[in-house]
Amino acid sequence: MATIWDADEAKSSRSSSRESAYTVPAVARPVTSRNRRKLGPGPAIPFGLQMGPALLVLFWVAGSAFGWIDPRILSAPWTVIEAFGRLIEQGRLQDNFVTSATRALLGLSIGLVIGTILAVTAGLSRIGEALIDGPVQIKRAIPTLALIPLLILWFGIGEGMKVTTIALAVIIPIYIHTHNALRSIDSRYVELAETLRMSQKDFIVQVVLPGALPGFLLGLRFAVTLCWVSLVVVEQINATSGLGYMIELARNYGQTDVILVGLVVYVLLGLVSDGLVRLLERRVLSWRRTLAS
Amino acid sequence: MAPHSSQLKSASRTVHVRNLIRRFATKTILDRVDLDIAEGEFVALLGRSGSGKSTFLKALAGLDYDVEGTGTLEIPDNLSVVFQDARLLPWRTVIQNVTLGLPGAVGQEAGRKALAEVGLEGREAAWPNQLSGGEQQRVALARSLVRQPSLLLADEPFGALDALTRLKMHDLLRELCARHRPAVLLVTHDVDEAISLADRILVLDEGHLIEDLQIDLPTPRDHGDPRFAKIRTQLLGRLGVDTPRRRAA
Repeated sequence: MATIWDADEAKSSRSSSRESAYTVPAVARPVTSRNRRKLGPGPAIPFGLQMGPALLVLFWVAGSAFGWIDPRILSAPWTVIEAFGRLIEQGRLQDNFVTSATRALLGLSIGLVIGTILAVTAGLSRIGEALIDGPVQIKRAIPTLALIPLLILWFGIGEGMKVTTIALAVIIPIYIHTHNALRSIDSRYVELAETLRMSQKDFIVQVVLPGALPGFLLGLRFAVTLCWVSLVVVEQINATSGLGYMIELARNYGQTDVILVGLVVYVLLGLVSDGLVRLLERRVLSWRRTLAS
Repeated sequence: MAPHSSQLKSASRTVHVRNLIRRFATKTILDRVDLDIAEGEFVALLGRSGSGKSTFLKALAGLDYDVEGTGTLEIPDNLSVVFQDARLLPWRTVIQNVTLGLPGAVGQEAGRKALAEVGLEGREAAWPNQLSGGEQQRVALARSLVRQPSLLLADEPFGALDALTRLKMHDLLRELCARHRPAVLLVTHDVDEAISLADRILVLDEGHLIEDLQIDLPTPRDHGDPRFAKIRTQLLGRLGVDTPRRRAA
Protein backbone atom coordinates (compact mmCIF):
# COMPACT_ATOMS: atom_id res chain seq x y z
CA MET A 1 0.00 0.00 0.00
CA ALA A 2 1.40 3.37 -0.94
CA THR A 3 1.91 5.92 1.77
CA ILE A 4 1.94 9.39 0.32
CA TRP A 5 1.74 9.01 -3.39
CA ASP A 6 1.65 11.76 -5.91
CA ALA A 7 -1.05 11.97 -8.51
CA ASP A 8 0.72 10.26 -11.38
CA GLU A 9 1.94 7.33 -9.35
CA ALA A 10 -1.51 6.77 -7.95
CA LYS A 11 -3.00 6.79 -11.40
CA SER A 12 -0.55 4.39 -12.93
CA SER A 13 -0.62 1.93 -10.05
CA ARG A 14 -4.39 1.92 -10.08
CA SER A 15 -4.73 1.37 -13.80
CA SER A 16 -2.12 -1.37 -13.88
CA SER A 17 -3.75 -3.27 -11.05
CA ARG A 18 -7.07 -3.00 -12.82
CA GLU A 19 -5.59 -4.40 -15.99
CA SER A 20 -4.10 -7.38 -14.25
CA ALA A 21 -7.34 -8.06 -12.43
CA TYR A 22 -9.84 -7.79 -15.24
CA THR A 23 -8.13 -8.18 -18.57
CA VAL A 24 -7.85 -11.86 -19.33
CA PRO A 25 -6.98 -12.08 -23.02
CA ALA A 26 -8.48 -15.13 -24.69
CA VAL A 27 -5.69 -15.35 -27.23
CA ALA A 28 -2.12 -14.46 -26.38
CA ARG A 29 -0.98 -11.54 -28.47
CA PRO A 30 2.35 -9.80 -28.52
CA VAL A 31 2.49 -6.71 -26.37
CA THR A 32 4.73 -4.21 -28.02
CA SER A 33 4.81 -1.50 -25.40
CA ARG A 34 2.83 -0.59 -22.33
CA ASN A 35 -0.86 -0.72 -23.15
CA ARG A 36 -2.26 2.65 -24.09
CA ARG A 37 -5.83 3.64 -23.45
CA LYS A 38 -7.75 3.66 -26.72
CA LEU A 39 -10.62 5.89 -25.67
CA GLY A 40 -10.22 9.37 -24.23
CA PRO A 41 -8.13 12.29 -25.46
CA GLY A 42 -4.78 10.53 -25.05
CA PRO A 43 -1.70 11.50 -23.05
CA ALA A 44 -1.06 15.10 -22.04
CA ILE A 45 1.16 17.20 -24.35
CA PRO A 46 4.17 18.74 -22.61
CA PHE A 47 3.60 22.50 -22.09
CA GLY A 48 0.15 22.01 -23.59
CA LEU A 49 -1.39 24.78 -21.54
CA GLN A 50 1.21 27.32 -22.66
CA MET A 51 0.73 26.53 -26.35
CA GLY A 52 -2.38 28.59 -27.04
CA PRO A 53 -1.12 31.82 -25.46
CA ALA A 54 2.30 31.38 -27.11
CA LEU A 55 0.63 31.07 -30.51
CA LEU A 56 -1.37 34.24 -29.89
CA VAL A 57 1.79 36.18 -28.98
CA LEU A 58 3.45 34.77 -32.07
CA PHE A 59 0.63 36.10 -34.28
CA TRP A 60 0.90 39.46 -32.55
CA VAL A 61 4.67 39.66 -33.13
CA ALA A 62 4.37 38.53 -36.75
CA GLY A 63 1.43 40.80 -37.45
CA SER A 64 3.22 43.84 -36.11
CA ALA A 65 6.54 43.00 -37.77
CA PHE A 66 5.02 42.52 -41.22
CA GLY A 67 2.79 45.56 -40.89
CA TRP A 68 -0.50 43.60 -40.98
CA ILE A 69 -1.66 45.24 -37.78
CA ASP A 70 -2.20 49.00 -37.68
CA PRO A 71 -0.31 50.29 -34.60
CA ARG A 72 -3.25 52.61 -33.85
CA ILE A 73 -5.43 49.51 -33.39
CA LEU A 74 -2.89 47.37 -31.57
CA SER A 75 0.62 48.50 -30.66
CA ALA A 76 3.52 46.22 -31.47
CA PRO A 77 4.83 44.06 -28.61
CA TRP A 78 8.10 45.97 -28.48
CA THR A 79 6.25 49.30 -28.25
CA VAL A 80 4.33 47.88 -25.31
CA ILE A 81 7.56 46.76 -23.66
CA GLU A 82 8.99 50.26 -24.22
CA ALA A 83 5.88 51.78 -22.68
CA PHE A 84 6.29 49.39 -19.78
CA GLY A 85 9.82 50.63 -19.18
CA ARG A 86 8.81 54.27 -19.59
CA LEU A 87 5.89 53.96 -17.16
CA ILE A 88 8.09 52.28 -14.56
CA GLU A 89 10.75 54.94 -15.02
CA GLN A 90 8.20 57.67 -14.44
CA GLY A 91 6.89 55.76 -11.43
CA ARG A 92 3.35 55.90 -12.80
CA LEU A 93 2.93 52.14 -13.11
CA GLN A 94 4.08 51.38 -9.57
CA ASP A 95 1.94 54.14 -8.05
CA ASN A 96 -1.17 53.10 -9.91
CA PHE A 97 -0.50 49.46 -9.21
CA VAL A 98 -0.17 50.03 -5.47
CA THR A 99 -3.38 52.08 -5.44
CA SER A 100 -5.28 49.39 -7.33
CA ALA A 101 -3.89 46.50 -5.34
CA THR A 102 -4.73 48.24 -2.06
CA ARG A 103 -8.33 48.79 -3.18
CA ALA A 104 -8.67 45.22 -4.37
CA LEU A 105 -7.13 43.63 -1.29
CA LEU A 106 -9.11 45.82 1.09
CA GLY A 107 -12.37 45.09 -0.70
CA LEU A 108 -11.56 41.39 -0.93
CA SER A 109 -10.65 41.10 2.75
CA ILE A 110 -13.75 42.92 3.96
CA GLY A 111 -16.02 40.96 1.63
CA LEU A 112 -14.33 37.72 2.62
CA VAL A 113 -14.86 38.28 6.33
CA ILE A 114 -18.46 39.45 5.96
CA GLY A 115 -19.33 36.72 3.45
CA THR A 116 -17.88 34.00 5.67
CA ILE A 117 -19.62 35.27 8.80
CA LEU A 118 -22.95 35.47 6.96
CA ALA A 119 -22.52 31.99 5.48
CA VAL A 120 -21.57 30.37 8.77
CA THR A 121 -24.42 32.10 10.61
CA ALA A 122 -26.95 31.10 7.97
CA GLY A 123 -25.44 27.64 7.60
CA LEU A 124 -25.46 26.72 11.28
CA SER A 125 -28.70 28.24 12.53
CA ARG A 126 -32.22 28.30 11.20
CA ILE A 127 -32.84 31.84 12.47
CA GLY A 128 -29.63 32.97 10.78
CA GLU A 129 -30.76 31.41 7.54
CA ALA A 130 -34.21 32.97 7.80
CA LEU A 131 -32.73 36.43 8.29
CA ILE A 132 -29.72 36.30 6.00
CA ASP A 133 -30.38 34.03 3.05
CA GLY A 134 -33.19 36.08 1.51
CA PRO A 135 -31.40 39.43 1.48
CA VAL A 136 -28.23 37.85 0.08
CA GLN A 137 -30.21 36.21 -2.73
CA ILE A 138 -31.79 39.59 -3.51
CA LYS A 139 -28.39 41.27 -3.53
CA ARG A 140 -27.19 38.51 -5.82
CA ALA A 141 -29.87 39.39 -8.34
CA ILE A 142 -28.69 43.02 -8.53
CA PRO A 143 -25.71 43.56 -10.84
CA THR A 144 -22.87 45.29 -9.00
CA LEU A 145 -22.69 47.92 -11.72
CA ALA A 146 -26.29 48.91 -11.07
CA LEU A 147 -25.50 49.65 -7.43
CA ILE A 148 -22.75 52.13 -8.22
CA PRO A 149 -24.98 55.22 -8.61
CA LEU A 150 -26.48 54.57 -5.19
CA LEU A 151 -23.07 53.90 -3.65
CA ILE A 152 -21.76 57.16 -5.12
CA LEU A 153 -24.63 59.04 -3.46
CA TRP A 154 -23.90 57.31 -0.16
CA PHE A 155 -20.11 57.26 -0.11
CA GLY A 156 -19.10 59.92 -2.63
CA ILE A 157 -16.59 59.08 -5.31
CA GLY A 158 -13.67 58.39 -2.97
CA GLU A 159 -12.04 55.20 -1.82
CA GLY A 160 -14.98 54.25 0.39
CA MET A 161 -17.27 53.79 -2.58
CA LYS A 162 -14.69 51.75 -4.48
CA VAL A 163 -13.84 49.41 -1.61
CA THR A 164 -17.52 48.97 -0.75
CA THR A 165 -18.38 48.06 -4.34
CA ILE A 166 -15.65 45.42 -4.44
CA ALA A 167 -16.59 44.04 -1.02
CA LEU A 168 -20.27 43.80 -1.99
CA ALA A 169 -19.36 41.89 -5.13
CA VAL A 170 -17.04 39.52 -3.26
CA ILE A 171 -19.53 38.65 -0.52
CA ILE A 172 -21.81 36.83 -2.94
CA PRO A 173 -19.65 33.93 -4.18
CA ILE A 174 -18.10 33.45 -0.75
CA TYR A 175 -21.54 33.29 0.83
CA ILE A 176 -23.18 31.10 -1.80
CA HIS A 177 -20.48 28.44 -1.94
CA THR A 178 -19.71 28.33 1.78
CA HIS A 179 -23.36 28.23 2.73
CA ASN A 180 -24.07 25.53 0.19
CA ALA A 181 -21.14 23.46 1.44
CA LEU A 182 -22.24 23.84 5.06
CA ARG A 183 -25.74 22.73 4.20
CA SER A 184 -24.68 19.76 2.14
CA ILE A 185 -22.57 18.07 4.82
CA ASP A 186 -23.36 14.39 4.43
CA SER A 187 -26.08 13.33 6.87
CA ARG A 188 -24.13 10.12 7.44
CA TYR A 189 -21.49 12.19 9.20
CA VAL A 190 -24.15 13.76 11.39
CA GLU A 191 -25.29 10.25 12.32
CA LEU A 192 -21.70 9.30 13.08
CA ALA A 193 -21.17 12.34 15.27
CA GLU A 194 -24.31 11.42 17.20
CA THR A 195 -23.23 7.84 17.84
CA LEU A 196 -19.82 9.12 18.96
CA ARG A 197 -21.61 11.51 21.33
CA MET A 198 -19.63 14.45 19.99
CA SER A 199 -20.32 17.83 21.55
CA GLN A 200 -21.86 20.61 19.45
CA LYS A 201 -18.53 22.40 19.46
CA ASP A 202 -16.54 19.34 18.38
CA PHE A 203 -19.11 18.63 15.70
CA ILE A 204 -18.80 22.12 14.23
CA VAL A 205 -15.01 22.31 14.51
CA GLN A 206 -14.17 18.78 13.34
CA VAL A 207 -16.98 17.88 10.99
CA VAL A 208 -18.89 20.89 9.67
CA LEU A 209 -16.21 23.52 9.10
CA PRO A 210 -13.53 21.27 7.56
CA GLY A 211 -16.23 19.63 5.48
CA ALA A 212 -17.28 23.01 4.13
CA LEU A 213 -13.74 24.15 3.40
CA PRO A 214 -13.70 22.96 -0.23
CA GLY A 215 -16.83 25.02 -0.87
CA PHE A 216 -15.32 28.06 0.80
CA LEU A 217 -12.17 27.79 -1.31
CA LEU A 218 -14.21 27.45 -4.49
CA GLY A 219 -16.05 30.61 -3.47
CA LEU A 220 -12.72 32.27 -2.82
CA ARG A 221 -11.54 31.55 -6.34
CA PHE A 222 -14.66 33.14 -7.81
CA ALA A 223 -14.31 36.01 -5.34
CA VAL A 224 -10.74 36.78 -6.37
CA THR A 225 -11.69 36.93 -10.04
CA LEU A 226 -14.72 39.06 -9.26
CA CYS A 227 -12.63 41.39 -7.14
CA TRP A 228 -10.45 42.32 -10.15
CA VAL A 229 -13.48 42.70 -12.39
CA SER A 230 -15.14 45.09 -9.95
CA LEU A 231 -11.87 46.96 -9.57
CA VAL A 232 -11.78 47.67 -13.30
CA VAL A 233 -15.37 48.87 -13.18
CA VAL A 234 -14.91 51.27 -10.27
CA GLU A 235 -11.59 52.58 -11.54
CA GLN A 236 -12.97 53.53 -14.91
CA ILE A 237 -15.68 55.62 -13.28
CA ASN A 238 -14.64 58.75 -11.44
CA ALA A 239 -11.16 57.60 -10.52
CA THR A 240 -8.08 59.79 -10.39
CA SER A 241 -5.56 57.05 -9.75
CA GLY A 242 -5.13 53.33 -10.27
CA LEU A 243 -4.64 51.03 -13.22
CA GLY A 244 -8.14 51.60 -14.54
CA TYR A 245 -7.60 55.34 -14.45
CA MET A 246 -4.30 54.93 -16.27
CA ILE A 247 -6.08 52.96 -18.98
CA GLU A 248 -8.90 55.51 -19.25
CA LEU A 249 -6.41 58.32 -19.56
CA ALA A 250 -4.50 56.45 -22.27
CA ARG A 251 -7.74 56.00 -24.20
CA ASN A 252 -8.23 59.78 -24.22
CA TYR A 253 -4.78 60.24 -25.75
CA GLY A 254 -5.04 57.21 -28.07
CA GLN A 255 -2.07 55.48 -26.41
CA THR A 256 -2.75 51.83 -27.27
CA ASP A 257 0.59 50.81 -25.79
CA VAL A 258 -0.30 52.11 -22.34
CA ILE A 259 -3.72 50.47 -22.52
CA LEU A 260 -1.98 47.19 -23.32
CA VAL A 261 0.43 47.63 -20.41
CA GLY A 262 -2.58 48.02 -18.12
CA LEU A 263 -4.25 44.94 -19.57
CA VAL A 264 -1.11 42.85 -19.22
CA VAL A 265 -0.86 43.86 -15.56
CA TYR A 266 -4.50 42.89 -15.04
CA VAL A 267 -3.81 39.51 -16.64
CA LEU A 268 -0.80 38.93 -14.42
CA LEU A 269 -2.75 39.95 -11.31
CA GLY A 270 -5.59 37.63 -12.20
CA LEU A 271 -3.35 34.67 -12.93
CA VAL A 272 -1.11 35.18 -9.90
CA SER A 273 -3.99 35.54 -7.46
CA ASP A 274 -5.78 32.51 -8.89
CA GLY A 275 -2.54 30.58 -8.59
CA LEU A 276 -2.19 31.64 -4.96
CA VAL A 277 -5.68 30.44 -4.12
CA ARG A 278 -4.99 27.15 -5.85
CA LEU A 279 -1.76 26.78 -3.90
CA LEU A 280 -3.72 27.41 -0.72
CA GLU A 281 -6.25 24.82 -1.86
CA ARG A 282 -3.52 22.22 -2.39
CA ARG A 283 -2.12 22.94 1.03
CA VAL A 284 -5.35 22.93 2.97
CA LEU A 285 -7.07 20.16 1.05
CA SER A 286 -4.13 17.79 0.84
CA TRP A 287 -6.46 14.99 1.96
CA ARG A 288 -8.26 15.32 -1.36
CA ARG A 289 -5.24 14.91 -3.56
CA THR A 290 -5.57 11.16 -3.74
CA LEU A 291 -9.11 11.57 -5.02
CA ALA A 292 -8.53 14.46 -7.39
CA SER A 293 -5.88 12.51 -9.25
CA MET B 1 -22.69 -20.60 26.98
CA ALA B 2 -24.89 -17.57 27.53
CA PRO B 3 -28.18 -18.07 29.33
CA HIS B 4 -31.35 -17.87 27.29
CA SER B 5 -32.92 -14.45 26.96
CA SER B 6 -36.00 -15.07 29.08
CA GLN B 7 -33.94 -16.21 32.06
CA LEU B 8 -31.57 -13.23 32.14
CA LYS B 9 -31.34 -11.31 35.38
CA SER B 10 -31.21 -7.57 34.98
CA ALA B 11 -27.71 -7.38 36.48
CA SER B 12 -26.05 -9.49 33.81
CA ARG B 13 -27.84 -8.19 30.77
CA THR B 14 -26.68 -5.38 28.58
CA VAL B 15 -29.70 -4.94 26.35
CA HIS B 16 -33.31 -5.27 27.37
CA VAL B 17 -36.03 -4.73 24.77
CA ARG B 18 -39.73 -5.31 25.27
CA ASN B 19 -42.66 -4.77 22.94
CA LEU B 20 -40.68 -2.71 20.49
CA ILE B 21 -42.89 -1.33 17.74
CA ARG B 22 -41.68 0.79 14.85
CA ARG B 23 -43.86 2.09 12.06
CA PHE B 24 -43.33 3.93 8.79
CA ALA B 25 -46.63 5.51 7.80
CA THR B 26 -49.09 2.58 7.85
CA LYS B 27 -46.48 -0.16 7.51
CA THR B 28 -45.38 -1.84 10.74
CA ILE B 29 -41.68 -2.59 10.45
CA LEU B 30 -41.12 -4.00 13.94
CA ASP B 31 -44.05 -5.67 15.63
CA ARG B 32 -43.67 -6.20 19.41
CA VAL B 33 -40.08 -7.37 19.36
CA ASP B 34 -38.53 -8.66 22.63
CA LEU B 35 -34.80 -9.17 23.05
CA ASP B 36 -32.27 -9.51 25.85
CA ILE B 37 -28.56 -9.58 25.24
CA ALA B 38 -26.25 -10.72 28.04
CA GLU B 39 -22.96 -9.05 28.91
CA GLY B 40 -20.33 -10.02 26.41
CA GLU B 41 -22.76 -12.02 24.31
CA PHE B 42 -22.33 -11.99 20.54
CA VAL B 43 -25.71 -11.97 18.82
CA ALA B 44 -26.20 -12.01 15.06
CA LEU B 45 -29.43 -10.78 13.53
CA LEU B 46 -30.33 -12.29 10.18
CA GLY B 47 -33.09 -11.23 7.90
CA ARG B 48 -33.99 -10.70 4.28
CA SER B 49 -33.80 -7.17 2.95
CA GLY B 50 -36.82 -5.27 4.15
CA SER B 51 -37.26 -7.51 7.17
CA GLY B 52 -36.68 -4.59 9.52
CA LYS B 53 -33.21 -5.49 10.76
CA SER B 54 -31.69 -2.09 10.02
CA THR B 55 -34.69 -0.38 11.62
CA PHE B 56 -34.11 -2.51 14.70
CA LEU B 57 -30.45 -1.58 14.89
CA LYS B 58 -31.24 2.10 14.39
CA ALA B 59 -33.75 1.90 17.21
CA LEU B 60 -31.11 0.42 19.52
CA ALA B 61 -28.57 3.04 18.43
CA GLY B 62 -31.08 5.80 19.09
CA LEU B 63 -30.85 7.02 15.52
CA ASP B 64 -34.51 6.73 14.56
CA TYR B 65 -35.79 10.19 15.41
CA ASP B 66 -38.53 10.50 12.86
CA VAL B 67 -39.83 6.97 13.20
CA GLU B 68 -43.09 6.39 14.97
CA GLY B 69 -43.16 3.70 17.63
CA THR B 70 -43.34 2.52 21.23
CA GLY B 71 -41.67 0.01 23.49
CA THR B 72 -39.23 -0.45 26.37
CA LEU B 73 -35.56 -0.02 25.56
CA GLU B 74 -32.78 -0.41 28.11
CA ILE B 75 -29.51 0.31 26.35
CA PRO B 76 -26.11 1.06 27.88
CA ASP B 77 -24.81 4.59 27.42
CA ASN B 78 -21.46 3.61 26.05
CA LEU B 79 -22.47 1.91 22.85
CA SER B 80 -20.58 2.07 19.59
CA VAL B 81 -21.85 1.68 16.06
CA VAL B 82 -19.96 0.25 13.10
CA PHE B 83 -21.68 1.11 9.84
CA GLN B 84 -21.62 -0.66 6.52
CA ASP B 85 -19.44 2.09 5.11
CA ALA B 86 -16.40 2.86 7.26
CA ARG B 87 -17.71 6.41 7.59
CA LEU B 88 -14.36 8.04 8.19
CA LEU B 89 -14.06 11.80 7.86
CA PRO B 90 -11.88 12.21 4.76
CA TRP B 91 -10.42 15.48 6.06
CA ARG B 92 -9.14 13.93 9.28
CA THR B 93 -6.13 11.62 9.51
CA VAL B 94 -6.56 8.02 10.58
CA ILE B 95 -5.63 8.70 14.21
CA GLN B 96 -7.86 11.79 14.32
CA ASN B 97 -10.73 9.68 13.04
CA VAL B 98 -10.16 7.07 15.72
CA THR B 99 -10.03 9.62 18.54
CA LEU B 100 -12.84 11.80 17.19
CA GLY B 101 -14.47 13.63 20.06
CA LEU B 102 -12.17 12.15 22.72
CA PRO B 103 -10.23 14.49 24.97
CA GLY B 104 -6.56 15.20 24.18
CA ALA B 105 -3.61 13.13 25.32
CA VAL B 106 -5.54 10.21 26.83
CA GLY B 107 -7.36 9.75 23.55
CA GLN B 108 -4.13 9.89 21.56
CA GLU B 109 -2.53 7.07 23.50
CA ALA B 110 -5.65 4.92 23.46
CA GLY B 111 -6.15 5.63 19.77
CA ARG B 112 -2.63 4.51 18.94
CA LYS B 113 -3.18 1.30 20.88
CA ALA B 114 -6.51 0.62 19.19
CA LEU B 115 -4.92 1.12 15.77
CA ALA B 116 -2.16 -1.32 16.67
CA GLU B 117 -4.81 -3.82 17.71
CA VAL B 118 -6.44 -3.74 14.30
CA GLY B 119 -3.04 -4.07 12.64
CA LEU B 120 -2.66 -0.49 11.43
CA GLU B 121 0.34 0.54 13.47
CA GLY B 122 2.29 3.25 11.71
CA ARG B 123 -0.63 4.42 9.59
CA GLU B 124 -1.76 7.07 12.09
CA ALA B 125 -0.91 10.01 9.84
CA ALA B 126 -2.43 8.58 6.64
CA TRP B 127 -5.59 10.02 5.09
CA PRO B 128 -8.58 7.67 4.87
CA ASN B 129 -8.50 7.94 1.06
CA GLN B 130 -5.10 6.31 1.06
CA LEU B 131 -6.40 3.13 2.69
CA SER B 132 -8.10 0.16 1.07
CA GLY B 133 -11.71 -0.68 1.89
CA GLY B 134 -10.70 -3.33 4.41
CA GLU B 135 -8.22 -1.01 6.11
CA GLN B 136 -10.84 1.73 6.35
CA GLN B 137 -13.23 -0.67 8.03
CA ARG B 138 -10.47 -1.64 10.46
CA VAL B 139 -10.04 2.02 11.34
CA ALA B 140 -13.78 2.15 11.99
CA LEU B 141 -13.42 -0.86 14.30
CA ALA B 142 -10.58 0.88 16.14
CA ARG B 143 -12.75 3.98 16.47
CA SER B 144 -15.42 1.86 18.15
CA LEU B 145 -13.03 -0.08 20.38
CA VAL B 146 -11.21 2.93 21.72
CA ARG B 147 -14.43 3.96 23.45
CA GLN B 148 -14.54 0.67 25.43
CA PRO B 149 -18.17 0.06 24.52
CA SER B 150 -20.28 -2.35 26.53
CA LEU B 151 -22.48 -2.69 23.45
CA LEU B 152 -21.22 -2.84 19.88
CA LEU B 153 -23.85 -2.44 17.15
CA ALA B 154 -22.69 -3.43 13.69
CA ASP B 155 -24.85 -2.86 10.62
CA GLU B 156 -23.57 -5.21 7.91
CA PRO B 157 -20.04 -3.98 8.61
CA PHE B 158 -18.40 -6.27 6.06
CA GLY B 159 -21.07 -6.09 3.39
CA ALA B 160 -19.02 -3.83 1.13
CA LEU B 161 -15.81 -5.87 1.35
CA ASP B 162 -14.59 -8.58 -0.97
CA ALA B 163 -14.90 -12.20 0.17
CA LEU B 164 -11.25 -12.70 1.16
CA THR B 165 -11.03 -9.46 3.12
CA ARG B 166 -14.30 -10.35 4.79
CA LEU B 167 -12.89 -13.64 6.11
CA LYS B 168 -9.89 -11.83 7.55
CA MET B 169 -12.16 -9.28 9.15
CA HIS B 170 -14.19 -12.08 10.77
CA ASP B 171 -11.04 -13.38 12.46
CA LEU B 172 -10.13 -9.88 13.58
CA LEU B 173 -13.59 -9.13 14.95
CA ARG B 174 -13.76 -12.47 16.79
CA GLU B 175 -10.35 -11.83 18.33
CA LEU B 176 -11.20 -8.27 19.37
CA CYS B 177 -14.51 -9.30 20.90
CA ALA B 178 -12.87 -12.13 22.81
CA ARG B 179 -10.43 -9.62 24.29
CA HIS B 180 -12.77 -6.71 25.04
CA ARG B 181 -15.96 -8.67 25.67
CA PRO B 182 -18.56 -6.12 24.57
CA ALA B 183 -22.08 -7.35 23.93
CA VAL B 184 -22.47 -7.38 20.16
CA LEU B 185 -25.43 -7.14 17.87
CA LEU B 186 -24.29 -7.89 14.34
CA VAL B 187 -26.86 -7.26 11.63
CA THR B 188 -26.08 -9.25 8.52
CA HIS B 189 -27.65 -11.11 5.65
CA ASP B 190 -24.69 -13.48 5.38
CA VAL B 191 -25.65 -16.76 7.08
CA ASP B 192 -22.08 -18.10 7.17
CA GLU B 193 -20.84 -14.87 8.72
CA ALA B 194 -23.47 -15.18 11.44
CA ILE B 195 -22.66 -18.84 12.19
CA SER B 196 -18.92 -18.34 12.28
CA LEU B 197 -19.08 -15.36 14.65
CA ALA B 198 -22.15 -15.47 16.88
CA ASP B 199 -23.06 -17.13 20.18
CA ARG B 200 -26.68 -16.76 19.25
CA ILE B 201 -28.52 -16.12 16.02
CA LEU B 202 -31.84 -14.39 15.59
CA VAL B 203 -33.92 -14.32 12.44
CA LEU B 204 -36.17 -11.37 11.83
CA ASP B 205 -39.03 -11.73 9.38
CA GLU B 206 -41.70 -9.13 8.68
CA GLY B 207 -41.12 -7.47 12.02
CA HIS B 208 -41.13 -10.63 14.16
CA LEU B 209 -38.23 -12.57 15.61
CA ILE B 210 -39.00 -16.02 14.25
CA GLU B 211 -35.83 -17.79 15.36
CA ASP B 212 -33.57 -17.63 18.41
CA LEU B 213 -30.82 -20.18 18.00
CA GLN B 214 -27.97 -20.85 20.40
CA ILE B 215 -24.76 -21.81 18.53
CA ASP B 216 -22.65 -24.19 20.59
CA LEU B 217 -19.95 -25.00 18.06
CA PRO B 218 -16.36 -24.60 19.26
CA THR B 219 -14.47 -21.55 17.91
CA PRO B 220 -12.82 -20.97 15.51
CA ARG B 221 -15.59 -22.55 13.52
CA ASP B 222 -14.98 -24.79 10.57
CA HIS B 223 -17.25 -24.15 7.59
CA GLY B 224 -16.81 -27.80 6.59
CA ASP B 225 -18.11 -29.10 9.93
CA PRO B 226 -21.36 -31.05 9.31
CA ARG B 227 -22.96 -29.30 12.31
CA PHE B 228 -22.11 -25.96 10.67
CA ALA B 229 -23.82 -27.13 7.48
CA LYS B 230 -26.85 -28.29 9.42
CA ILE B 231 -27.29 -24.94 11.12
CA ARG B 232 -26.84 -23.19 7.81
CA THR B 233 -29.57 -25.30 6.21
CA GLN B 234 -31.88 -24.66 9.13
CA LEU B 235 -31.31 -20.89 9.01
CA LEU B 236 -31.63 -20.68 5.24
CA GLY B 237 -34.94 -22.45 5.60
CA ARG B 238 -36.12 -19.86 8.09
CA LEU B 239 -35.03 -17.18 5.63
CA GLY B 240 -37.13 -18.78 2.92
CA VAL B 241 -34.22 -20.12 0.88
CA ASP B 242 -34.48 -23.80 -0.01
CA THR B 243 -31.17 -25.62 -0.20
CA PRO B 244 -30.85 -28.74 -2.38
CA ARG B 245 -30.70 -31.00 0.68
CA ARG B 246 -33.96 -29.64 2.05
CA ARG B 247 -35.63 -30.06 -1.28
CA ALA B 248 -34.49 -33.66 -1.47
CA ALA B 249 -35.77 -34.37 2.02
